[in-house]
Amino acid sequence: MGRYVIRRLLQMIPVFIGATLLIFLMVNVMGDPVAGLCGDRQCDPATAAQLKKEFGLDRPVWQQYLTYMGNVFTGDFGTAFNGQPVTELMATAFPVTIRLTIVAILFEIVIGITLGVVTGLRRGRPVDTGVLLVTLVVISVPTFVTGLLLQLLLGVEWGWIKPSVSSAATFDELIVPGLVLASVSLAYVTRLTRTSIAENKRSDYVRTAIAKGLPRHRVITRHLLRNSLIPVVTFIGTDIGALMGGAIVTERIFNIHGVGFQLYQGILRQNTQTVVGFVTVLVLVFLVANLLVDLLYAVLDPRIRYA
Amino acid sequence: MRGAPHATWVACAAALTLVATACGGGAAGSDTGAVLSSSWGDPQNPLEPANTNEVQGGKVLDMIFRSLKKYNPDTGQAEDMLAEKIETTDSQNFTITVKDGWTFSNGEKVTAKSFVDAWNYGASLKNNQKNAYFFEYIEGYPETHPDDGSKQTAETLSGLKVVDERTFTVRLKQKFSSFPDTLGYAAYAPLPQSFFTDHAGWLKKPVGNGPYTIESYAKGSQMELRTWEDYPGPDKAVNGGVTLKVYTDNNTAYTDLMAGNLDLVDDVPASQLKNVKSDLGDRYLNTPAGIIQVLAFPYYDKDWNKPGSDKVRTGLSRAINREQITETIFQRTRTPASDWTSPVLGEDGGFKEGLCGDACDYDPEAARKLIEEGGGLPGGQVKITYNADTGSHRQWVDAVCNSINNALGNEKACVGNPVGTFADYRNQIGDRKMQGPFRAGWQMDYPLIQNFLQPLYYTNASSNDGKWSDEKFDRLVDEANAETDPAQAIRTFQQAEEVVRDNMAAIPLWYQNGSAGYSERLSDVRLNPFSVPVYNEIKVS
Amino acid sequence: MPDQPYEPGGAIAGTGAGGAMDLAASEGASLEQHPSAASGGRAPGGPKGTGPFGPDASAAAGGRARSLGSDAWRDLRRNPVFLVSALIILFLVFISLWPSAITWESPLQCDLAKAQEGSRPGHPFGYDGQGCDVYTRTVYGARTSVTVGVCATLGVAILGSVLGGLAGFFGGTGDAVLSRVTDIFFAIPVVLGGLVLLSVVTSTTVWPVIGFMVLLGWPQISRIARGSVITVQQNDYVQAARALGASNSRLLLRHIAPNAVAPVIVVATIALGTYIALEATLSYLGVGLKPPTVSWGIDISAASPYIRNAPHALLWPSGALAITVLAFIMLGDAVRDALDPKLR
Repeated sequence: MGRYVIRRLLQMIPVFIGATLLIFLMVNVMGDPVAGLCGDRQCDPATAAQLKKEFGLDRPVWQQYLTYMGNVFTGDFGTAFNGQPVTELMATAFPVTIRLTIVAILFEIVIGITLGVVTGLRRGRPVDTGVLLVTLVVISVPTFVTGLLLQLLLGVEWGWIKPSVSSAATFDELIVPGLVLASVSLAYVTRLTRTSIAENKRSDYVRTAIAKGLPRHRVITRHLLRNSLIPVVTFIGTDIGALMGGAIVTERIFNIHGVGFQLYQGILRQNTQTVVGFVTVLVLVFLVANLLVDLLYAVLDPRIRYA
Repeated sequence: MRGAPHATWVACAAALTLVATACGGGAAGSDTGAVLSSSWGDPQNPLEPANTNEVQGGKVLDMIFRSLKKYNPDTGQAEDMLAEKIETTDSQNFTITVKDGWTFSNGEKVTAKSFVDAWNYGASLKNNQKNAYFFEYIEGYPETHPDDGSKQTAETLSGLKVVDERTFTVRLKQKFSSFPDTLGYAAYAPLPQSFFTDHAGWLKKPVGNGPYTIESYAKGSQMELRTWEDYPGPDKAVNGGVTLKVYTDNNTAYTDLMAGNLDLVDDVPASQLKNVKSDLGDRYLNTPAGIIQVLAFPYYDKDWNKPGSDKVRTGLSRAINREQITETIFQRTRTPASDWTSPVLGEDGGFKEGLCGDACDYDPEAARKLIEEGGGLPGGQVKITYNADTGSHRQWVDAVCNSINNALGNEKACVGNPVGTFADYRNQIGDRKMQGPFRAGWQMDYPLIQNFLQPLYYTNASSNDGKWSDEKFDRLVDEANAETDPAQAIRTFQQAEEVVRDNMAAIPLWYQNGSAGYSERLSDVRLNPFSVPVYNEIKVS
Repeated sequence: MPDQPYEPGGAIAGTGAGGAMDLAASEGASLEQHPSAASGGRAPGGPKGTGPFGPDASAAAGGRARSLGSDAWRDLRRNPVFLVSALIILFLVFISLWPSAITWESPLQCDLAKAQEGSRPGHPFGYDGQGCDVYTRTVYGARTSVTVGVCATLGVAILGSVLGGLAGFFGGTGDAVLSRVTDIFFAIPVVLGGLVLLSVVTSTTVWPVIGFMVLLGWPQISRIARGSVITVQQNDYVQAARALGASNSRLLLRHIAPNAVAPVIVVATIALGTYIALEATLSYLGVGLKPPTVSWGIDISAASPYIRNAPHALLWPSGALAITVLAFIMLGDAVRDALDPKLR
């Protein structure tokens, strides 16, 4: 187990280098960002050249990459076009996003799995059909619309919440945004759990457990659910990236200054330093998340063992 | 000479200075200590006066700086602010005297040196100031800011000389009689010594000489501005201060306004305009701003620059139902354009409604005929290029295309051609890769007809993206610039504008308004011609 | 497989693959299958023995020789859920091929004067923000949206489950490499990927967009499939088959795949809907389908900001999207049920 974890941690090094290189090249391929800095007019050539020099854009790509990586290892992630150090941007954006992600994942776990268990045990009943219909609505109506309507209803009509999240972005402010962010993933989690539960409820160990006379809730939580969770856990593991880096719409609706927005902004302005910096941290998050998921496999299914 | 002086395109909208006279006599119930909150966007550049070329940073500079001149929010006229007098005998050498009694909010006196140092800083290539070109008419600019990329040979502009504490002289490299009128632009603001001695500290919390001071600035989230009690100017703020909150989406700001969490939104989202009456009642402003939207053409592409092309362009112009698009898509926050300037200039300033004449009137029949006479659409289809990331250009481009398609009776006559990012869009324009009409917007720097024509249509002007060139136009502009009688100059500019019309160098679409919504707490809210709220006049109850 | 060492049985399976394999496998099959079949509520009495082992199992059990496939098909045909979903899908295919069969206008015929107007005779769904007929556009949008949704989902599901399944089954270096590659792919933001990869494409067809979705979508399915295969191969019947000398391909195709496919189906059917929406996101970034393409996603995005004034413009294309997703979710459910012997 210990060796396995160490091996996995060592694997992070090539992934880290590969991912940063890939993103670095991709942002570079997009072309010259300086033209976008002068607004709707031609940048004056001298200033443009000077800016390129300052951002190191006048050198070959490989040299830019090496310089960048060298700086990263000393903790310098470069500067955004507005003169702010990228580390500063990350320090403000990541805590907010992490809180939002935690709220969203909690929703996925609590609501998603509960609904999944209920619908899985009552396949074909009205409750199953009802959840299916809600699922369809969530999939086919854009997050933008659900978010906006919730905001208007809860924030303006009823005044239960503030329509926008303050810059402190505390957990209680993030409940509604978290729900909106989690909505599509909720559909996945619910249906994955439902399918697994429906499949496993006829398995031998469940019948054995029932035959032993164990109480129903114990059978469900200890035997049925535990064995049904592997696909769900896998999904949530893969979803963390989408929740952290791709929450652009949710962040915009609720005015959350998080990672999704910074990343989006960085990409549109073609700011290599911001994009690579943020993505680098996200890659580390995926790696850790996937490691945790793989370790959870062994917890959920004791037959799976890691050497 | 590169282009016209001091041009700025819409995306980097230049937000300029504020009011002429402070609004006297507070209305009953107004609280001079109350702070209002207003929507804001994160400035794209560090908040240096000569480096801020978009409206969000400009908004702050408006509040914390006062220049030699400022533009009247009603008329747009440049009026003396810090300037006691600006004298010249030859329109080339100016002697500027700064009023006595002005200080920065940190107590430092505003002197002639404050201006000269600031201007030298802005013009110096090594400081990367994006508005450096504002100083290009001052003698010595090529030495401090060599265009060809060679090393700069001077730190300071040789045309600037401090005479005494309150006087300095400016020598231009050519005659430029309206130079004093450009001095209201934020780039010409004076700077305190701390800007140079502790630059990083200054950027964290800028210090200026305007009616507001910055109390705190959390980059990316909000800025607290407070009224500067000892402000020496005539336009002292009548409220206690302004909190600028960063919104990444103006829709959210609007929702916050409805929920009562925000006092002022100075950019009402187009999708909400239909609800504005029911949401806000009459707490909604829709006033003209010095912005015009046009479709430019690539004159480097011979398909668009051959005999008869002007007829095709005019035909396209006549196929666009401006009235209906401004009504339906923009809910009257745009006005159909009938010339190439802006209504904020006023009749005296050179705005001439209907100068475009027939060529801007919707007439499908005539449009079809003109395009046929001109040899048809190049390649049988026009693609209107725009950038998809900023502004909601897709909507109106689609509407324009539908209008053209309906007029020509061909569903494939016009399609939109989105480009992913603004930088890519600008690069494609710079590399002359446009294959058909493309979106272009112009926000004036100062309310002069010259500013709407020369930067855009003069041969090789800095914002002449389509590379249109016409000898007659150039000659008329030169004539107008040399003219000393303002009225005659404007008439000559209008003749030049007629040349633009006769060639349909660019299709004028509509004039843009500034729009704002505000809460019940506020009164006396208005927007200046640069579509920035006149914050210091706003009363809070 | 250093990460997940085989159970002792697995080691034997690797060595022995003799002529008696078929018989042995069917032995294992009947041993494993009977309890399951008995437990299945719908088992029509008697040892049918139609387990994941297919023909061998049935042959050994003395029943009629039916493959897993034909058995599933027989089940499907009787399943009303399947029939309904098949009908909807056929209808979608029909209007995708011949949209003019049920419309009488062009989707590009728009009159701004009618923008956002509601339903009226001849225009049952009203008009959108540009004054185009919502009904006509919804019908015409089916072609693009269904093509994008189905092709992208199929591509993602096939590529993802093959790679993920192999990685989960074989483990070891291959698994490590593949898993780390998926990590890198997860790191590519959709916006960046779209702007970089799609902006260079000049093709006006849907294929670059589909290719892009497959490229960025497969890692997720791959992870799900991998996790599912890792679990399933711990099951007794897999161990038994392995012990009896079944080959790897046989193990994967006959024993593991049918039992591991459920999560893949679930994720894929929901992803279908999100791909249709993603197409609109890409179009809005200016890198997806070039105007004047008509698709549900584009219409939904265009109508979204006007939800307060003209909800009908959003409702109909969204409804069409919902029905499509519903059809595929039902289809997926039915197929999954048909593949699951425990439900027989």
